Amino acid sequence: MKLDPTRIVEFLTGDAQADRIVPPTGFTARLTQFSAGAMAFLCVFALALSLATGRLAARWGDELARSSTIRISAPAEQVAAQTEAALRLLETTPGVKSARALTADEQADLLAPWFGPDLPLDTLPIPQLIEVIEAGDGYDAAGLRLRLSAEVPGAVLDDHTRWRRPLVKAASRLRMLGWLSIGLIGVTMAAMITLAAQAALSANAQVIAVLRLVGACDSYIAQAFMRRFTLRALSGAAIGTVLGMAVVLLLPAAQEQGGFLTGLGFRSWHWLLPLFIPLAGGAVAFLATRAAARKTLGELT
Amino acid sequence: MSYGGGELLSDISFKLQPGSFHFLTGPSGAGKTTFLKLCYGALMPTAGHVRLFGADVRAMTRDDVAMMRRRVGVVHQDVQFLDHLPLADNVALPLTVSGRDLLSENSNLNELLNWVGLRSRADARPPELSGGERQRAALARAVIMSPDIVLADEPTGNIDWEMSQRLLQLLVELNRMGKTIMIATHDLNLIRAAKSQVQARVLRISNRRLQLAGADL
Repeated sequence: MKLDPTRIVEFLTGDAQADRIVPPTGFTARLTQFSAGAMAFLCVFALALSLATGRLAARWGDELARSSTIRISAPAEQVAAQTEAALRLLETTPGVKSARALTADEQADLLAPWFGPDLPLDTLPIPQLIEVIEAGDGYDAAGLRLRLSAEVPGAVLDDHTRWRRPLVKAASRLRMLGWLSIGLIGVTMAAMITLAAQAALSANAQVIAVLRLVGACDSYIAQAFMRRFTLRALSGAAIGTVLGMAVVLLLPAAQEQGGFLTGLGFRSWHWLLPLFIPLAGGAVAFLATRAAARKTLGELT
Repeated sequence: MSYGGGELLSDISFKLQPGSFHFLTGPSGAGKTTFLKLCYGALMPTAGHVRLFGADVRAMTRDDVAMMRRRVGVVHQDVQFLDHLPLADNVALPLTVSGRDLLSENSNLNELLNWVGLRSRADARPPELSGGERQRAALARAVIMSPDIVLADEPTGNIDWEMSQRLLQLLVELNRMGKTIMIATHDLNLIRAAKSQVQARVLRISNRRLQLAGADL
């Protein structure tokens, strides 16, 4: 079916006469609305989860891929010479933007969380670390390893992929789970609306029989039901979405080094995405009711 | 026409003339209702052909059937309404579903309610109506689209003699206005009463056949 805005508006504003042919039902109407609201509420969180883990995966992938570390473990008297050799070698390596040896203080800072600030590091054989920042597409890790092993025997290159990969993978899985949840929420809502619409259609069998007898087309009868359920789902989902967004807004803000839990939320234009949830809910209700109405009406004379 | 394996009506060949007045009679279960249902597309023949206004019912889509029903007024014995709407809206329902402008038809509607004597009951809900009022409301609903044919299935089954007479009067008036009328009934008194006012033919269903009954009723 082609999406024609004027036809959608016409459908939603409807015809007051046609509206009245279906008897009003207070309780089931509110149930449909409530379920649509609850689904929309959950959908906001699933969406927030997907977007947040997506961001996280991108950040981990990006930041960690841009830097790597060379560790030099050598007898104390050779460390300085090997560091120098490694730095010289890195200067001539294509794809390396910059490389610098960490100072003793920086290394102490890195180790402080594990050993405490008072440990006399200068008495321990701490390996020297060199931070390598990549440029453009990065360097050839295997090639660099070969050259290092030839010229700087004590150097070990750690390009972080070993532990970056499972993290990025976990984040991607989480994101997939989020999208899967959104899909399941959509399908559940369709199932729910179908059940409600089918119940309404069979409860109104007499109404439908009378309408057919006086010459109503199937589309006219179906329209009356579709309009009702679409509006209910739309309004319910709108309320659920607003509540869900309010709760997301009230979540504690993400800290700089926060994990994905505190990062759950929307950033900038992502705040517009949940606004599509009510529309999607309305569309799902429209299609589900249409299918149910066509099926029910097809069985009548 | 067969039902659940057993043939109900067979070897029927009949053409309803425009402007005629027919009674359809026969014992209970003989197939009067089935015959009428064939006439407004509520049932499909299992064998043979039914043509409504020249169109084969088997070739009609569901929308074609809906359009055809706007030209056929149907009155049932236990007529059904939309119970949540007032009588006037129920009578106007065929106009509503065919997308007619109700405001412009308003005077027609009032005239029609007057004609069936239900003007004062226009705001009543169908469940509040008596049997006779329901039948007259059904007749008003059946004719509001100015159909070519009115089919009535035991229209007087639930109402007293005086009310039957009144209903018959309305049907006879419709026939004089050129409508084709077909009434299924086993009430012989009603048929006799009609014969004094209008040239009515009587069709009898027996032994699965449709026969034109003699004038000697």
